[in-house]
Amino acid sequence: MRVNVTVNGEHRRADNVWEGESLLYVLRERLGLPGSKNACEQGECGSCTVYLDGVPACACLVAAGQAEGRDVVTVEGLAEGDDLDPVQESFVERGAVQCGFCTPGLLVAAHDLIERVPDPSDVEIREALAGNLCRCTGYEKILDAVRDAAAKKAVR
Amino acid sequence: MSAPARSPQELHDTIAGGIGESPLRPDGTLKVRGEFAYSSDLWHEDMLWGATLRSPHPHARIVRLDVSRALAQPGVHAVLTHEDVPGENVYGLKYQDTPALAADLVRYQGEPIAILAADHPEIARQALKEIVVEYDVLEPITDPERAAHDDTLPKLHPDGNLVRHQRIVKGDPAATADVVVSGVYEIGMQDQAFLGPESGLAVPAEDGGVDLYLATQWLHVDQRQTAKALGLPLEKVRLTLSGVGGAFGGREDLSMQIHSCMLALRTGRPVKMSYNRLESFFGHVHRHPAKMYYEHGATRDGKLVYVRAKMYFDGGAYASKTPVVVGNGTTLSVGPYNVLNAHIEGWGVYTNNPTCGAMRGLGAVQPTYAYESQMDKLASALDMDPAELRILNALSEGSTVVTGQVVDFPAPVAELVQRVRDLPLPPEPAAERDIRELPGGASNTTHGEGVVRGIGYGVTIKNISYAEGLDDYSTARVRLEVLGGEAVAMVHTAAAEVGQGLVTLQQQIARTELGLTRVSVHPADTSVGDAGSSSASRQTYVTGGAVRNACRAVADAVYALLGVPAEGMSLTGGKVVAADGEVVADLAELLGDTAIEETREFHHRQTYPLDPETGQGDAHVQYGFSAHRAVVDVDLDLGLVKVVQLDCAQDVGKAMNPDAVVAQIQGGSAQGLGLAVMEEILVKDGKVRNPSFTDYLIPTILDMPPMRVDVLERPDPHAPYGVRGVGEPPTISATPAIANAIRAATGLELPRVPIRPEHITGV
Repeated sequence: MRVNVTVNGEHRRADNVWEGESLLYVLRERLGLPGSKNACEQGECGSCTVYLDGVPACACLVAAGQAEGRDVVTVEGLAEGDDLDPVQESFVERGAVQCGFCTPGLLVAAHDLIERVPDPSDVEIREALAGNLCRCTGYEKILDAVRDAAAKKAVR
Repeated sequence: MSAPARSPQELHDTIAGGIGESPLRPDGTLKVRGEFAYSSDLWHEDMLWGATLRSPHPHARIVRLDVSRALAQPGVHAVLTHEDVPGENVYGLKYQDTPALAADLVRYQGEPIAILAADHPEIARQALKEIVVEYDVLEPITDPERAAHDDTLPKLHPDGNLVRHQRIVKGDPAATADVVVSGVYEIGMQDQAFLGPESGLAVPAEDGGVDLYLATQWLHVDQRQTAKALGLPLEKVRLTLSGVGGAFGGREDLSMQIHSCMLALRTGRPVKMSYNRLESFFGHVHRHPAKMYYEHGATRDGKLVYVRAKMYFDGGAYASKTPVVVGNGTTLSVGPYNVLNAHIEGWGVYTNNPTCGAMRGLGAVQPTYAYESQMDKLASALDMDPAELRILNALSEGSTVVTGQVVDFPAPVAELVQRVRDLPLPPEPAAERDIRELPGGASNTTHGEGVVRGIGYGVTIKNISYAEGLDDYSTARVRLEVLGGEAVAMVHTAAAEVGQGLVTLQQQIARTELGLTRVSVHPADTSVGDAGSSSASRQTYVTGGAVRNACRAVADAVYALLGVPAEGMSLTGGKVVAADGEVVADLAELLGDTAIEETREFHHRQTYPLDPETGQGDAHVQYGFSAHRAVVDVDLDLGLVKVVQLDCAQDVGKAMNPDAVVAQIQGGSAQGLGLAVMEEILVKDGKVRNPSFTDYLIPTILDMPPMRVDVLERPDPHAPYGVRGVGEPPTISATPAIANAIRAATGLELPRVPIRPEHITGV
């Protein structure tokens, strides 16, 4: 089948897509956007979190056909050209990235949180990111990064 | 054939920050942009997808194997079995006992039997179902203690079911004491649960060899094992490190290396293999579960008199790192404490359970949980403060450990316990609490009634680097040249960046040694000498040492070029500077078009094998020490635990990158927390019951409490820059701290981790 989808503001078309392919597979293997990560492909780890029509979703749980005609923003779409989004900047600056495999999903989830709740409390950050597993950092520096990003966005 | 799209990138980012500062990761920006090429992101326009058929049985004889129907499927390009292994069908890290593809016998559930390559991953998955395997199913051997002692059991390997037995005898092994405590402790099978799946892309080369791009911890050991199975000389099997999504020991053994290369060589096309999470649970080794019998004797005033212990490590189907686990487990069995008398025995055995090998804290995690449980039990028997008892018995510089080795470097164990005890405690719980901060969290299972608080300590000793006589070294190549009018350096090693920050550290060392700002890091590959493994907390020590040595050789070449004696000279700010501060030359002008390149190794000081009878010997290079204090709230009615605070004090010798050190301690502590209260691969009759992130639980951001980290720097005079390995100790001491805190809260024995609700409620 053919799937038409808007990805990071650009209309994209994928041909010969199998019925069983996920949006994650289409993004990574057919559209050349491997930023969204394939850590569990069961919706448990959050590494493939993308915006689907403005709402965070695990791309591994979205069938490719379900994405037809819809709007997707991946981690590759968070920066504006060379300018990183404050969430991206803070993750680098606060040491919230180690192996970085969970980072793309966390960035989308954290970006969404700050859009909804500009000044989140620690409990709110923890609740919002509870669906994103990280095996390296122990999460402390991720909390730092989200607090920092919220502060930066408030200033901008 | 061309290199894959999304190849590993040279890292240039971040241009300031030497040793002792905290510059940012040079790969950080790529990672947050989603542009960093992990091994599962590799892609080649002609590539096929590889897949693996695995045994559903833990123990069975293969009586028939027919791949013809699978090979006939449209879109399938090759189906290979043990008969197609071009070289020797055996590999292994310590013992060569693991078949690349099972021939006649399968020894664990998930053992690879056949591999195939197809146009699409779904074609590959469907075609696997067309492979016919007939099994004669055998009774699995699953009890490690029996496997160690019962000679009537079937032999899983030609030499029997014992991988290693090690005894340690010190002083009077039959010593007696006023106060005696004993216990039997068990630890479940933990998984590394790195997020990036086992994956890589094998590209056939025109010379009949193969180029493999992959995620691993040790390129050269993979190269040696893979080349042997492929029947190729080393130089025809070239490995390049791709982005690694965590490792924690789980990438030390081979997974898809031989398989992807076999398929690429057979089909003449690039082959990508990438395990899904289910397959990952079968595709890598786990932490050894263990059963440990401990007895501690002490004087009435709390001095340890003796330790006696027997420990059984379940190695599963193949040896992997089991010999090292037995070595570390026994030599570290009494912890960071002075003991005059000891009698320790450790067994590592083959069973039909999943294979166990390296995981962070290798061989030290198990005994630390046991001896730290014993220390609390002893404190209770003596009516002493648990921290005081530890301080009273703490090792220090000049102490002799249980193997007879003298600690000839700082060992501030007592200070670490003191420091972690002195960190502020969380406030006493208020009468009205946000339910999200209580055990059970937003599930609203309690409003504070039935909740009790406990505090516990955990302290550990961990050997750094490879032990028992291994020549454990690393190699670095450093090039100095002028680019754009500026002197720049490039560092090239085969050391694996698995997330820990080694790429940052390599830049920091080169900047400091060569007095430059711009340093790039070349992708790690096998075209440069061996760096050893990114494990055993050793890379900062050995690869750091190698980069330092290569940089100093480059500096010496600069002085030779200038015709001045190296004595008193230094490189600072892009200039050659004499001892009196006079600028002798500008590096960029001096070099011009000349590039200086030097390759050097670093070998740490020699260690020695243990005496097989007494376990005496200078087996270890260096020890790392850490201490944790945990505060927990426990809901006694439901058995739910909330870790309220987890603090750590650790000696790192020299904090090369202080922020990264803290991050390692926080991350390691989270894995220790996981083992304490939630992480376990459940195995029944040799079969894994929970191979998914739905059922194998790792800590989330809700499970991990705030952490205070107190970093001590007591330089080791024998180590480059005084460094002490950082990565493993925090994982080890976190687990017993939490277990002891839960005991303090509940008064229960709790002789097994992970501690589950039913252990607390007794239901």
